[in-house]
Amino acid sequence: MKQLLILSGKGGTGKTTIAGAFIALSAARAFADCDVDAPNLHLVMRRTVEPKRSDYYGLPQAEIDPLRCRACALCQKQCRFGAILPGPAYRVDPFACEGCGVCELVCPAGAISLKPAVAGELTLYAGPERVFSTARLKMGSGTSGMLVTEVKKQMKAAAPDTDLAVIDGSPGIGCPVIASLAGVDMVLLVAEPSVSGISDMERIVKTARNFQTRIAVCINKYDTSPSNTEKIEAFCRREELPVVGKVPFDPAAVKAVNDGRTIVDVDCASGRAAKKVYRGTMQILFGQN
Amino acid sequence: MRGSTAVGAGNGKVAVLSGKGGTGKTLLSVNLAAVAGGALYLDCDVEEPNGHLFFRPTDVREEEISVKIPTLDASKCTGCRKCVDFCKFNALALIRNKPFLFEEVCHSCGGCALVCPEKALGEKDKVTGRVQRGVSGDVAVHTGTLNTGEASGIPIIRNLLAGAAAEEKSFTFIDCPPGSACIVMESIKDADYCLLVAEPTLFGVHNLNMVYELVRIFHKPYGAVLNKCIGGENPAEAFCLEHGIPILGRIPFDSALGSLSADAKIAAREDAGFHALFSSLLENVREEVRRETASDPQR
Amino acid sequence: MKIVVPVDENKLESSVCFSFGRAPYFLIYDTEAKTGRFLSNAAAASQGGAGIKAAQAVVDSGATALLTPRCGENAAAVLKAADVKLYQTAAGSAMENVTAFLAGKLPPLGEIHAGFHGRGGR
Repeated sequence: MKQLLILSGKGGTGKTTIAGAFIALSAARAFADCDVDAPNLHLVMRRTVEPKRSDYYGLPQAEIDPLRCRACALCQKQCRFGAILPGPAYRVDPFACEGCGVCELVCPAGAISLKPAVAGELTLYAGPERVFSTARLKMGSGTSGMLVTEVKKQMKAAAPDTDLAVIDGSPGIGCPVIASLAGVDMVLLVAEPSVSGISDMERIVKTARNFQTRIAVCINKYDTSPSNTEKIEAFCRREELPVVGKVPFDPAAVKAVNDGRTIVDVDCASGRAAKKVYRGTMQILFGQN
Repeated sequence: MRGSTAVGAGNGKVAVLSGKGGTGKTLLSVNLAAVAGGALYLDCDVEEPNGHLFFRPTDVREEEISVKIPTLDASKCTGCRKCVDFCKFNALALIRNKPFLFEEVCHSCGGCALVCPEKALGEKDKVTGRVQRGVSGDVAVHTGTLNTGEASGIPIIRNLLAGAAAEEKSFTFIDCPPGSACIVMESIKDADYCLLVAEPTLFGVHNLNMVYELVRIFHKPYGAVLNKCIGGENPAEAFCLEHGIPILGRIPFDSALGSLSADAKIAAREDAGFHALFSSLLENVREEVRRETASDPQR
Repeated sequence: MKIVVPVDENKLESSVCFSFGRAPYFLIYDTEAKTGRFLSNAAAASQGGAGIKAAQAVVDSGATALLTPRCGENAAAVLKAADVKLYQTAAGSAMENVTAFLAGKLPPLGEIHAGFHGRGGR
């Protein structure tokens, strides 16, 4: 199975829109949404099978037994994450608790224990034709890296013989991005021609290079700034990153997405350009090294 | 939960968030700060900070942010492995009878040092990012940056928020990270008011829903700004109307605005028309903040 | 000597697991006694630092060689410091790889990857 990951660094550049197009064009039999903080891919993918949902357990969380708590505040003093809330009985702030176990260790009354905590939900649509794996992290949870790994694992387990898997990544450069990069065969960076977009792209290139995977770039909404597009192309030449295509800004794309369809499901300029980007990407992914 | 002290007329810490990247958080927070007359702009999107690209602040003072990681006094260590067994993050391995630390996995909880019966574990600082404080015209610009490869932006955000308290500005605009995970929660902890930025797409509404849930969990007053409005059906507007979210302003989709932003120019400083647009938006925000915080001075 | 192989099931004919850190089991094979035993991998359920915890289990078992298709940098650091040698597995079952290793047919593991870093925390 060859895994193609779509990343951008900056949010809002068009990862999910492009991922949707690629999935439609390749008739990919396996795809996944690794943006577990804000998953969107399901909104443009037709889902025809019943999903299988499972709880995702993140870090265990501390719980204080109010009957045993002596309100000595030792846990609060030792907690480095500000997760102990004082009161007539002390409580743990579930949004701040990292499950380190220090409070449990220091409590003189044995009132604290770490309990498993649901931190999100995994969803798998496994039909005869295709498999779609996604997940949603519970608000405020911290273990997104591990959940991303579970999303990919779930996809691979359900479609082990597929030749291509398309993975929609998340914005940023942190844990979830790093977890999604592990084991992929190629990264397609969707760049946006703005100063912010270029700055973020440079940071994501740096992050992705650590994984020694093939990297290609496409420029989305390129016509919104020809000068910045030129800057991106120059950067890619210097860094020896292939530019597999440019997609114009297209109001028809917004309409397609709002109708729950991909840009290649309708006839529009961005869809046509996305087809070229797709061909260029597949050549690198499946072609000679 | 931490909150700010009672707010005077027109003061306020306004967090700008969106759930989804690319909707216009930075556009909005930068331009509002630029028209507010002596405001503070805090860039809490420490993984991909962008506000400084617009403000190009000068007189920048830099502060390194570090977390504590354990250090070993090998002469005291007996190889009992209590520290290795305690660590919930698997950051310690026992090799040749001594604990070996994996820095980037360490969560700085301090547990290993507490559990060591020989007091063989001490602490040292590890730099994970930085905060830069400068000025751009009448705006104080504070930017947090997380070093690539580091896991948590939270200590940087904490430092930014603590530094904001020292500035005593009329208005503070907090540019939040996208999403609704813990770094976003940390960014809004001290906010008096939350501005939710939404774009008129299906993706935008889906993610608007997430931050809407978030601000309600934290009992923060909120209002929305609709960005990139193109006329016709706007699913984000429909969502706001349906849920009674006050709409404080609408920024039209405007290629001139897009162009200026793409070149990291502050529209309100470049063009009188945009200055007027953002000033009027600021007035609505100011009025809302006053109204919301006056009704609950305990917040 | 003792050799470790990450496996998908607790049987000698099991396939070698694609991942080291999150393999469900480890086969610990004693080349003198010619017997194998299976260890359930506690690291598989870890939020993070799975490679480190798995490597610790290998070190604790007294093994001096690990046969694996891949290994992350943190796990490799633990193993290297403890003088456990890493070898690259080939296609085939765990036992077939053990046999190939004993015949000197398995190459040392060439590439150490950057690690999944699927750790918990922010």
